[in-house]
Amino acid sequence: MAPLLELRAVACVRGGRTLFAGLDCAVAAGQLLRVQGANGAGKTSLLRMLCGLLPPAQGRILWRGESIADLAEDFGRELVYLGHAAALKDDLNATENLLIACQLGGLAVAPAAARAALQHAGLSGRDRVPARQLSQGQRRRVALARLALAAAAPLWVLDEPFNALDTAAAAWLGGLVTQQLGRGGVVVLTSHQPLALDGLAGQVELLL
Amino acid sequence: MSASPAADAAPARAGVLDAMRCLFVRDLRLALRRRTDTLSALVFFILVASLFPLGVGPELALLRSMAPGVVWVAALLASMLSLGRMFADDHQDGTLEQMLLAACPLPLLVLAKIAAHWLCSGLLLALASPLLALQFDLGAAEAGVLLLALLLGTPVLSLVGAVGAALTVGVRGAAVLVPLLVLPLCIPVLIFGAAAVEASRSGMGVAGHFSLLAAFLLLSLVGAPWATAAALRIAVE
Repeated sequence: MAPLLELRAVACVRGGRTLFAGLDCAVAAGQLLRVQGANGAGKTSLLRMLCGLLPPAQGRILWRGESIADLAEDFGRELVYLGHAAALKDDLNATENLLIACQLGGLAVAPAAARAALQHAGLSGRDRVPARQLSQGQRRRVALARLALAAAAPLWVLDEPFNALDTAAAAWLGGLVTQQLGRGGVVVLTSHQPLALDGLAGQVELLL
Repeated sequence: MSASPAADAAPARAGVLDAMRCLFVRDLRLALRRRTDTLSALVFFILVASLFPLGVGPELALLRSMAPGVVWVAALLASMLSLGRMFADDHQDGTLEQMLLAACPLPLLVLAKIAAHWLCSGLLLALASPLLALQFDLGAAEAGVLLLALLLGTPVLSLVGAVGAALTVGVRGAAVLVPLLVLPLCIPVLIFGAAAVEASRSGMGVAGHFSLLAAFLLLSLVGAPWATAAALRIAVE
């Protein structure tokens, strides 16, 4: 099977220092790519490269055989990226934040579906509260609730998604990731902790 | 909490216009929930323009002749106040990255943001200008020309300002840098905007000035969103 996501001799240079070079990797449909490495090894930089936020210093990143730089906003429709920041507007409530994130990603989501997704994320009753009043873990859950609506996006790129989550939420997220892989999607994530997905078959590990 | 996703049925695809509208509405909603930011620029505009009659003295002929320039300079300065935050807030909370990864071309999203910014700054300033025209003893005709000139000119300030705001995203001291970058570029708008009122007062036609202001608007409408988008891409790298 042809790989969906492919890295060819990718190099990353930040602040004049080469973080990694000659990185090759291929991820097929239904596979999980786990990026591991010490602090400062360039995990986040690699994830930002996979999204197209950061052009690689060398090499190419291919999605379905095409360079992601050429795909532009078509790639945006296929991708969900959740970075370190939860990307929430403090003055908007959880539902509004979730709806906007989905709309920008190219998904027209009904408010009822968004509220249901927040409920699944364990935020029932908190969906009308401004995001500034949510705890760190709750903000994280609002951001992650987008994944429950993002079945149509085949590529998920998650930067430390398990941070600030309690065990119940971690299990919920693990379930979402497993479902995405079952649908034939690709999930790329970094994580320091050993996670519920450790037993999963077909993992690709990338050590920076 | 359950592992099953809320909506298994694939939601409809949102088009380019949906994304633009959503961002536009979001920014308006944010401005509404943080009214003090919007209103402070308006109050600043009125205060600055009101200081001149107080400082210069109540000589009507002098006031009338300097009115267009003073109002335009005050509008320029007031529109600079909110520019620094145009993308800085989005950059800080991570929503800027999501805009860059959106399924909609970035220049169009930028245009939606600029439109929302203008509604909450330039438009309000223009609408408040007849009030200031009274202070400077301008006639109804001149006040009308001033209003129209501001309506044509302030969108240019938002458009050009967006480029400056994008270039300084993530830079320390952006609040000071943005006016330094943007104000020189706004000089043509200032000249022709103020001259339109002057021309109307001395009985000459204002069509030429308005055409030039409209030309600036069209030019910046075409160029600024693309330049802003390019600057944003560089800024988040």
